[in-house]
Amino acid sequence: MAEIQFDNLAHSYIKAPDGADDWALKPLDQRWEDGGAHALLGPSGCGKSTLLNIISGLVAPTTGRVLFDDEDVTALRPEQRNIAQVFQFPVVYDTMTVHQNLAFPMRNRGVAETDVQRRVGEIADILGLTSDLNRRAAGLTADAKQKISLGRGLVRDDVNAMLFDEPLTVIDPHLKWKLRSNLKLLHQRFDFTMIYVTHDQTEALTFADNIVVMNEGRVAQVGTPAELFERPRHTFVGHFIGSPGMNIVPCGIDNGCAVIAGRRIAIANANAALHRGGRNMELGVRPEHIRFCDDGIPVTVKRVDDVGRSRIVEITLADVRLKVFVLGNDALPDANPRIAFDPAYTHLYQNGWLAGEDAAHD
Amino acid sequence: MIDRKPNPKAWLLLLPMLALVAFNAVLPLMTVVNYSVQETFGDNVFFWSGVEWFRQVLLSDRFHQSLLRQIIFSAAILAIEIPLGVLIAITMPRRGIGVAFCLVLMALPLLIPWNVVGAMWNILALPDIGLLGRAVNGLGVSYNFTQQPLAAWITCVVMDVWHWTSLVVLLSYAGLCAIPQPYYQAAKIDGASRWAVFRYIELPKMKHVLTIAILLRFMDSFMIYTEPFVLTGGGPGNTTTFLSIDLVKIALGQFDLGTAAAMSLIYFLIILLLCWVFYTVITRKGQQ
Repeated sequence: MAEIQFDNLAHSYIKAPDGADDWALKPLDQRWEDGGAHALLGPSGCGKSTLLNIISGLVAPTTGRVLFDDEDVTALRPEQRNIAQVFQFPVVYDTMTVHQNLAFPMRNRGVAETDVQRRVGEIADILGLTSDLNRRAAGLTADAKQKISLGRGLVRDDVNAMLFDEPLTVIDPHLKWKLRSNLKLLHQRFDFTMIYVTHDQTEALTFADNIVVMNEGRVAQVGTPAELFERPRHTFVGHFIGSPGMNIVPCGIDNGCAVIAGRRIAIANANAALHRGGRNMELGVRPEHIRFCDDGIPVTVKRVDDVGRSRIVEITLADVRLKVFVLGNDALPDANPRIAFDPAYTHLYQNGWLAGEDAAHD
Repeated sequence: MIDRKPNPKAWLLLLPMLALVAFNAVLPLMTVVNYSVQETFGDNVFFWSGVEWFRQVLLSDRFHQSLLRQIIFSAAILAIEIPLGVLIAITMPRRGIGVAFCLVLMALPLLIPWNVVGAMWNILALPDIGLLGRAVNGLGVSYNFTQQPLAAWITCVVMDVWHWTSLVVLLSYAGLCAIPQPYYQAAKIDGASRWAVFRYIELPKMKHVLTIAILLRFMDSFMIYTEPFVLTGGGPGNTTTFLSIDLVKIALGQFDLGTAAAMSLIYFLIILLLCWVFYTVITRKGQQ
């Protein structure tokens, strides 16, 4: 297992890239720790698959380097990098049995037959494939096939990292949960460096201790699930993570406070706000961090959506629309509703970036 | 679930199709069946002869020999065209301007009418004036397809390979292009050799198109008539007289309607049977 590092890495699918839009992956410097579970999260076309393919060596980056444990692997071919990958659609060798499938990567590398038998037995046991070992892989269900793909990575003891490219897309919903928890257990047990690409925030948040949120070829934020939730560094992260996403509304500033419709609102990054001009300012606050109270800012309730254990209330503050999250048993105010923002989780953004943190990105 | 009641009126809509099939397939076939069980001495007077013609055809040396030649010919062209076609398909580019060029190049032989192919190869291979014939003889190899049975055979086989390998190439190429990229990527990561990629990914994924290719090439080659007829006329002697050439000789040359009809039916049944066997064997094997 290895630590993975990107050194000024960037990629364009166009021969002579010209302008920011030509880059599928904009310059990136990252260091991902050994044995961690890292998720690449973002919408389609955000560059996450490009980054994954660069790590695996299927795509050669236009500029920059990839390092495994400080060793430059940028020029190495996929089979030389000792990585394993599970693809979106299960890849199994149809004509082989499950056993032959699992043994394939080892036999290709000339591992001694006794070791092959031992490892295949072990891994099949862990994945619950022992009873299927002598069946042909072609007839198995999608989740069993994904287990085989995973197993082909696990059998090797020289693997630097296991890469997952949206591996649960074709799995039935009721099996998804099971396979997901299996995967988590396997990760804890084998302690492999795991890189998991997904556009599903639930998958990313359950799996990973380090989430890399990407948007338009750029890393918007790297952090733990709690950091992404509590302190999004970019309005995109605020909006993308959470359901519903963060309220992002244009605002003015006045002496370290945000101003919406003439109301001063205390914010977490007040220091940054003190030194800013008033252009392209936005206030970001999650629906979970607004509450109804008796002495707050008066608002109008527009609609209430019951989503089971909680309710999502749409309100307007003057002409600004906001969403508020109310837990199931909390009462809604009947007349003259007023709200308060939690200052610890109310942030000011400028040009999309958390005010005071955008210097490195513009 | 939607509850659909069968509507018997739908069968009425099938009547035009049934009429069409009756006129262009069933009736002509029945005429042949009719001839195959009767004897005539002209004047449109027919006598019942039962299975006599079938017995005669099945027991005749002449039929055995043409059948054997036919089987050898089909086996030879399949043994060459299928591997060659797959090999060419694998080496063809998958993207870029080369694709269009290769596809057009490959499609060209398929666009040429059968009799033109026969005439082309006839002229090309003539030992005195043909480019190929002169060249081969010039190299010191005695080659004359109008005189030497082996030369005639080789010319027939090469001509068919030239004409029809493209079909196998195009089918295989379509099969190869349908393989999703992750299979190749997974194989790379698993450290598979080029041979292993072919053996465990490409070949299994091409199974269905290759089944079609084998069936099409088998049926076509087993019924081949025009090209060898134009090239060699079945000669020298009877050495390249394949089944259909023999059939035409019997039916139109000797005007033995009964024998020809019986032979047609046997010929038809052989093709049907072999195709069924091929198809069953290949699909069954895939299901194991």
